[in-house]
Amino acid sequence: MKRIEAVNDFVVKFANVNGSGSASANELFAKSFLRMGIPVSPRNIFPSNIQGLPTWYEVRVTEKGYLGRRGGVDLMVAMNPQTWNQDVAEIDPGGYLFYDDTKPLPKSKFRDDIHVVGMPLTEIANANYTDARERQLFKNIIYVGALAGMMGIEPEVIAELVGEQYKGKEKLLKPNLNAFHMGLNWAKEHLKDAMGLKVQRAYNVGEQIFIEGNAAAALGCVYGGATVCAWYPITPSSSLAEAFQRYCSKLRVDPVTGKNKFAVVQAEDELASIGIVVGAGWNGARAFTSTSGPGISLMSEFIGLAYFAEIPVTIIDVQRGGPSTGMPTRTQQSDLIACAYASHGDTKHVLLFPEDPYECFEFAAACLDLADRLQTPVFMMTDLDIGMNQRLCKPLAWDDSRQYDRGKVMTAEMLEAGKEFGRYLDVDGDGIPYRTLPGTHPTKGAYFTRGTSKNAYATYSEAGADYVYNMQRLLEKHETAKTLVPKPQLIPAKEPARFGAIFYGSTSPAMHEALDALAWQGIFVNALRVRAFPFQDEINDFVASHTKVFVIEQNRDAQLKTLLINEAGVNPASLISILHYDGTPITARYITKEIAEIVSALNIRPIKRDRAA
Amino acid sequence: MTYITKPRLHHPTLPQNKLGYTRRDYEGKVSTLCAGCGHDSISAALIQAFWELAIEPHRVAKLSGIGCSSKTPDYFLGNSHGFNTVHGRMPSVLTGANLANRDLIYLGVSGDGDSASIGLGQFAHVMRRGVNMTYILENNGVYGLTKGQFSATADRGSKAKKGAVNQDSAIDTVSLALIMGATYIARSFSGDKKQLTPLIKAAIAHEGAAFIDVISPCVAFNNHPGSTKSYDYVREHNEAVNRLDFWPSREAITVDYSEGGVIEVPQHDGSIVRLRKLDSGYDPTDKINAITHIAQASAKGEVLTGLLYVSPDAEDLHAHLNTYEMAFNKLGEKDLCPGAGMLEKINAALR
Repeated sequence: MKRIEAVNDFVVKFANVNGSGSASANELFAKSFLRMGIPVSPRNIFPSNIQGLPTWYEVRVTEKGYLGRRGGVDLMVAMNPQTWNQDVAEIDPGGYLFYDDTKPLPKSKFRDDIHVVGMPLTEIANANYTDARERQLFKNIIYVGALAGMMGIEPEVIAELVGEQYKGKEKLLKPNLNAFHMGLNWAKEHLKDAMGLKVQRAYNVGEQIFIEGNAAAALGCVYGGATVCAWYPITPSSSLAEAFQRYCSKLRVDPVTGKNKFAVVQAEDELASIGIVVGAGWNGARAFTSTSGPGISLMSEFIGLAYFAEIPVTIIDVQRGGPSTGMPTRTQQSDLIACAYASHGDTKHVLLFPEDPYECFEFAAACLDLADRLQTPVFMMTDLDIGMNQRLCKPLAWDDSRQYDRGKVMTAEMLEAGKEFGRYLDVDGDGIPYRTLPGTHPTKGAYFTRGTSKNAYATYSEAGADYVYNMQRLLEKHETAKTLVPKPQLIPAKEPARFGAIFYGSTSPAMHEALDALAWQGIFVNALRVRAFPFQDEINDFVASHTKVFVIEQNRDAQLKTLLINEAGVNPASLISILHYDGTPITARYITKEIAEIVSALNIRPIKRDRAA
Repeated sequence: MTYITKPRLHHPTLPQNKLGYTRRDYEGKVSTLCAGCGHDSISAALIQAFWELAIEPHRVAKLSGIGCSSKTPDYFLGNSHGFNTVHGRMPSVLTGANLANRDLIYLGVSGDGDSASIGLGQFAHVMRRGVNMTYILENNGVYGLTKGQFSATADRGSKAKKGAVNQDSAIDTVSLALIMGATYIARSFSGDKKQLTPLIKAAIAHEGAAFIDVISPCVAFNNHPGSTKSYDYVREHNEAVNRLDFWPSREAITVDYSEGGVIEVPQHDGSIVRLRKLDSGYDPTDKINAITHIAQASAKGEVLTGLLYVSPDAEDLHAHLNTYEMAFNKLGEKDLCPGAGMLEKINAALR
């Protein structure tokens, strides 16, 4: 029988029951690789449930640093009887099944093309612990110990991690270490050479950090100067607002008075959370909300108001599977159109697409600047894959000389000096008018904000010319946004290439890996990572300079492609969609296969210009 | 509406307040509401209250929703910033504005369609949160701007102009605000400026969620026999629980007061609300009593007016959130950004 042998390059999947305490044990397992200098990319695959339903944790160990989901499973740690059959079926031929063999299972429950590794976990836990909760929790740590023993994870590394986790909680530290060693020793004794997946110290982690995108985005909001956060709980964005609250209570409490330089309001719904953000933005505080697709639908009316009345608003959309309630705990990039054109009437909004936690941090702070500068809603489009999984990324960076861009705010001094104030008057030719904040001046600069049409001086007007002036100016402002949003990133192929690929957001790690795999097959593709909407001319030029451009997305309807055709005016005939939308993160294997197949199909066509490189 | 714009010049003998402003300085644009609209009387009472309190107009932020009532902030305090938000959602916008700058005075103006129908949820939650504001509900029981449909505050059995009879139970906004935790609750009548003006003044001084339900007849669609929100009906059924005198703290309280049945309710800002009790049994600091009284009056078909409830130890949202004294919109990088050094520490803990 084939036996998968691999060093520092494999996928381990844990099948657990939600609420059984497996999460911290599994995280301990994942982090131990990082401490040995080997990049890992873990993913939570979890149900919309608190306790009892199946949950999985997939750890990709990847010395090369490919952080996308690989697909396939080399080792299944099957701890959930409910999902046994599907878990066993998912293992790659020659792979490993690790399970609790306290109770014998019939032969029919196994496969003969995989290696079965049994360990009496329940028996060991029951023999050593009397409390039911302890038996459950330590069973998790025992299997981590066994895996470490079989794979060669350095016990010192685990001891160090456990020590950090239970720092100051000595009562918990020792029993956890004991449980770990129990598993380790048992495996060393009974499971010698049971596993072909091995770990060896490497040096590929370096200065990188390991953080969830939601936490990084929350830190970006702290660093970017957000003082008001209004939100309504919704998966997968809740942990973002909670992280903001947590970081603020450490970083934003005035040491002298003990008072908070932040306000977090858990509102009654998304209608109220966006309303609070609009009110705060109108009054000159930096404010944001975090939500997901259903929240965006609810917020749409206010988004239109903020667009038309020109109020700075930052919205972080941690996308999940739609439409409707959709797949609350699965990932997608399916809110692009909903956000780009949110609300009735003619609207266009600014969107930023971060690829990882590093950019979640950077773009969250950038959104707050852009919202103030452009006086409009600005969206950061992240997703569950980035938001709710710990991801290895560059250390977060901040330049202390950086100043917040508060945009065009007319002060009492400017008004006193006689500067003309027209709230909706384009004075600089960039479509961006000046605003005053409430309370600025006793007699000058007050105006009435409304969602109805008005003239350049904010007086109610239904005159066609006034309306058109405003709408054209808003378009002008959208043009200005092009010069301010993050530019696309080009990843040139090593050889001259006729094919291009456009991708964005969480597709990034899978795409980079796919580009390498394609190059290895002799298929060279220039890639462009789009980082924002509105689209800059570079994107148009990129499409124009390739015969065919693949647009890789995680939605059904090719939403970025639609936007590219609509808004960048690219030729639809030159775009080929590669779409993945089953709720699991896109994989390099999938992208590689799709592109390779299309390239090969195009090559057999008689039209020479379609020939691949 | 009137088509005659008032001249900005005014008679030099017009009385001035402590700031040297006349009432005219507290006016806004010319109203576009129907002649005789109760809402315009409320605007007049607001002008009077802000003038008497000598509050600088630009230190007030006026927020409203959508509807006839919500248009009114354009017709007073022309030097204040105003915000006509979306239908029923003024409370959330006001909450955010208040969080951004605690130094301004926040006035929310809404109608019964805005607050009791589409915005009932936000109405309830803004009271729960104790946002420091004066929330005026201009209550006429009817949708004026869309021509005469019943609103959720229309009494069961009341008749629309075209004869339809309302079959739905009415929402009593005053009881709702009370249950939800508003700390200053009053009801008045747009035609009773003498009662309304001091109620507004005391609401402004109150540091917490202050709510005034003002019955305001709609001359176009709800001022006919059969309506329970008409001028005649309210005048006949108005039962005032108290008459209010209000002294802002900045003035010495030297008024001679020999009359019996007076309660003094000190406010957080040091000012004092004095209630001249018309109904000897009425204590507005007793919440349970307030609920009972409102329910009893309602059963008798009476409209109970006056200060119905005030909590002397009210706290606002900023107190609940323990926020910094300086307005958030004045804080910059130095106050808000933890800096690169701290970020390096955060990075280190994430390895």
